[in-house]
Amino acid sequence: MKISFTLNGRATVVDADQDRRVVDLLREDLGLTGTKESCGTGECGACTILVDGESRLSCLMLASQLEGRAITTIEGIAPEGKAAGDVQEAFVAHGAVQCGFCTPGMILAVHDLLRRDRAPDRARIREAISGNLCRCTGYQKIVDAVCAVVSGRNGAAGGTRGGR
Amino acid sequence: MNVFVPEEMDGLWDILAKEPDAALYAGGTDLLVRLRTGIPSPSALVCLERIAGLRGIRDEGDRVFIGACTTHTELLESGLVGDALPILQKAARLLGSPPIRNMGTIGGNICTASPAGDTLPPLYLADGEVEIESRAGARRVGIDRFIIGPGLTALGKGEVVSGIRVKKGMEYNVHHFEKVGQRKASAISIASLAALVKTDASGAIVKVRLAWGSVGPLVVTMPEVEKALAGRPLTVETLRSVHHMVERGVSPISDIRAGEEYRRRVAANILLRLATYGPAI
Repeated sequence: MKISFTLNGRATVVDADQDRRVVDLLREDLGLTGTKESCGTGECGACTILVDGESRLSCLMLASQLEGRAITTIEGIAPEGKAAGDVQEAFVAHGAVQCGFCTPGMILAVHDLLRRDRAPDRARIREAISGNLCRCTGYQKIVDAVCAVVSGRNGAAGGTRGGR
Repeated sequence: MNVFVPEEMDGLWDILAKEPDAALYAGGTDLLVRLRTGIPSPSALVCLERIAGLRGIRDEGDRVFIGACTTHTELLESGLVGDALPILQKAARLLGSPPIRNMGTIGGNICTASPAGDTLPPLYLADGEVEIESRAGARRVGIDRFIIGPGLTALGKGEVVSGIRVKKGMEYNVHHFEKVGQRKASAISIASLAALVKTDASGAIVKVRLAWGSVGPLVVTMPEVEKALAGRPLTVETLRSVHHMVERGVSPISDIRAGEEYRRRVAANILLRLATYGPAI
């Protein structure tokens, strides 16, 4: 079946089985391997994508559900003409990436958070990434990176630095 | 396999007429996980997430109607639910994880009918009435009669849950939900407790409603415990006096997450903590 949707800002038409999992469609059919699969059961967050701006798990979505939606994967998160967005840059600067497998999902979860809440504290950040498992960093550096993004976006004075 | 994504109820009825053995889902957070194991193997899938008639939260005076395809995130963002039934938001806040809450719906939690469904104990306490629609019309069934066993409901072929009607809980000054799991997020509860308490100025319990999750095949309520607590101060001592009744009143199983004896003890112990969450006297 032909399915039309917006993928990373571009109108896209794919011919796929209606019950193809979105994670397979992205990775195998479209070659967008930034979206990772780990558990395949909705527990790890590695396959997180944004659907109309909201974080969803692409292992638990089927191709038919994409019709008419705006999908953002990690490949589409950087602003036009830039290699990386501010969240990605902060992750690099704060050592929030080790093996990198959770990073795409983690960064998309953070984008969903910052869309809802411009000045989250550390507790709110932790809650927002609680569906994304990271086995390397211990999460501290990820939370540090998000705090830095919040400070950067709101100006140094408006930043929040809750206790750990 | 065909996956239908109807946008209107009429379209849904047409699909169900042609595909009576189709499986329905909204967020897919339960069904799509189970499908990968090969059980069940429906003839087709119908995703309900775009049907406007199944969404939305409405004030109906002393009750609130919550459309079946309302996501847990939408429940958390609803000022109406926050005012009328904070206990439901407390449960939704502990359910799954942010992306699961963005996808999963209250109707899905009801129809999955898991003993560990986090919204279920609050829905029992709010005298939830499940609204069921079919092409022929609508009917209402109390949630305690709609869920008939683990994974089993009274939903018939050609029927869909369109929403749930809950009683506002403003008469209760304590809305408490606690869940014990193996971790804080993405955890399936080992035992949970929903409690609505009305206390008087002296801190005595005027009325209390209790419902436990994950400690029996169905949500467990214990009218005899509620009766025993009425008229007594909301203290640890009072709650301890019904400890043995709670331990006897639940019927948990041992599974991969916890043993039967542990669940019995936790079910009784989490009730003690209700004193901590009581109103300041």
